[in-house]
Amino acid sequence: MDQYVVIGNGVATVGCIEGIRSVDKESPITVVSGENHKVYGRPLISYYLQGKTDLEKMKYRPDDFYDKNGVKLLLGQKAASINASGKKVTLEAGTELPYTKLCVATGSSPFVPPFENLESVKEKYSFMTLDDTLALEKALFPEAKVLVVGAGLIGLKCAEGIIDRVASVTICDLADRVLSSILDTECAALMQRHLEKNGMSFLLGDSVARFEANKAFMKSGAEVDFDVLVLAVGVRANIGLVKDAGGETDRGIVVDDDMSTTLPDVYSAGDCAQGPDLSIGAKRVLAILPNAYMQGHTAGVNMAGGEESLKNAIPMNSIGFFGLHAMTAGSYEGELYEEKTEDSIKRLFTKDDVLKGYILIGRNERAGIYTSMIREKTPISSVNFDILKKAATTVGFDAAARKKKFASQV
Amino acid sequence: MKRVYVNEEWCLGCHLCEFNCAFANSGLSDMVLALKGKPIYPRIHVEEGDKIAYAVSCRHCEDPMCVKSCIAGAITKENGVVRIDSDKCVGCYTCILVCPYGALAPGETGAMQKCELCLQNSFGAPACAAGCPNKAIVYEDRSPKTSPVDDAAGPACY
Repeated sequence: MDQYVVIGNGVATVGCIEGIRSVDKESPITVVSGENHKVYGRPLISYYLQGKTDLEKMKYRPDDFYDKNGVKLLLGQKAASINASGKKVTLEAGTELPYTKLCVATGSSPFVPPFENLESVKEKYSFMTLDDTLALEKALFPEAKVLVVGAGLIGLKCAEGIIDRVASVTICDLADRVLSSILDTECAALMQRHLEKNGMSFLLGDSVARFEANKAFMKSGAEVDFDVLVLAVGVRANIGLVKDAGGETDRGIVVDDDMSTTLPDVYSAGDCAQGPDLSIGAKRVLAILPNAYMQGHTAGVNMAGGEESLKNAIPMNSIGFFGLHAMTAGSYEGELYEEKTEDSIKRLFTKDDVLKGYILIGRNERAGIYTSMIREKTPISSVNFDILKKAATTVGFDAAARKKKFASQV
Repeated sequence: MKRVYVNEEWCLGCHLCEFNCAFANSGLSDMVLALKGKPIYPRIHVEEGDKIAYAVSCRHCEDPMCVKSCIAGAITKENGVVRIDSDKCVGCYTCILVCPYGALAPGETGAMQKCELCLQNSFGAPACAAGCPNKAIVYEDRSPKTSPVDDAAGPACY
């Protein structure tokens, strides 16, 4: 009988458990969770502050999930080290957990650059975990001025989540545009106008030179008074356990398409893992929830002796603010097809007879049809792209493909 | 397991399935009261091209991307049926981002909607198929004989 250990308790871990149990219904699984909570939908934390969900609805799986799957959950425990040759994990509390197969799903942590005099700021918060969120919520009050450092996905979702609960939200970023990891200049400008219409203020291409209690002195010379500071500059994959144990790491824990690391019987999944990215043909950390689940599932199946590989992972995001949704996928290279209106942009990128990527703001119905073309490398020459480029519709596929999709089991 | 399939050669493009779907899921017993003069939010839609038309609804995939991608854990697959808990849905649209068939769309409240085969409403079986005048939509079992139990592939151990 196997003894599975999973370090971390996020969505990748759920995927891992469900992957293991699709093959092995019996062997015990132990999950080590640094957080004192059962698994919740981590991206829901901004929706919680916004009042669109609550602690009960945020549960990613029902309360009995662990029991039903024969999982021993160790809450509030952190792993200190992995002994890869002795095949055991040592917890900070000293407990040793022997394993036959291990999955490291430790996620990522906020990265805080060394701002001068940051220690003088009393009310400062990260925005990664439920505990971060509950702490931030306590600090909010209707007259509060909030400064968010970072105009990426995390910083902007936080800003949207709190804007109706405070007096003002200012967001600064070293980048010259919002959502710089997924949007180009023109698309970012459209989104920024929408965010500004809904009350956000921006200081872009600017960064904090130093803090002094409740004031930020910007490199540009601007000064920003605030009551509450949110630090959302970026995240770093938690790779330490595998790195210290001698496994290959880069920006993340390096894994193959079966999610195995270079350590024997050690797998990794989720935001800490650096696995194959089909869109660039190289390994990359794809810190998005669907990827976390799928990597976890693949790891779990393989840990239990089954066979699964994740060959078509790509970066893809759906993020909405105040009703305007931006969807992005793949890479933005090749020939551009574009449609624009006052409040929408569509950009499709094609190269070497395949759809490589897209940006869709405002008009994103059925976007998954495009996503599947990227993931499956559907030859453009096999579809009616004149129809498909104008609208994501399966009418653009040939009759045989349509029959397969809609007249047979998929 | 029975699912909804379409025969596009037979589809008239009449859109009646959309109205039957919206009515079946309205919870009302009078179709006129349920639909007349209101925007409708059916869970099936007719795709139309040059000389072709066919209805698209959730395929209840063996390996559903939406279930794996939902950030709220609101989409589940049990007994072969993919369902969405609209109370848990926060309207992030990630399911729209990943569904290869374009089978999910927001409903009246902003929460996502999808075909659940009418198993939970008063119809008990897909109203689109029952009401299709030309049998272009059918509800039948086309599982390959060798396929395992529908559940085995999906993350349905909860």
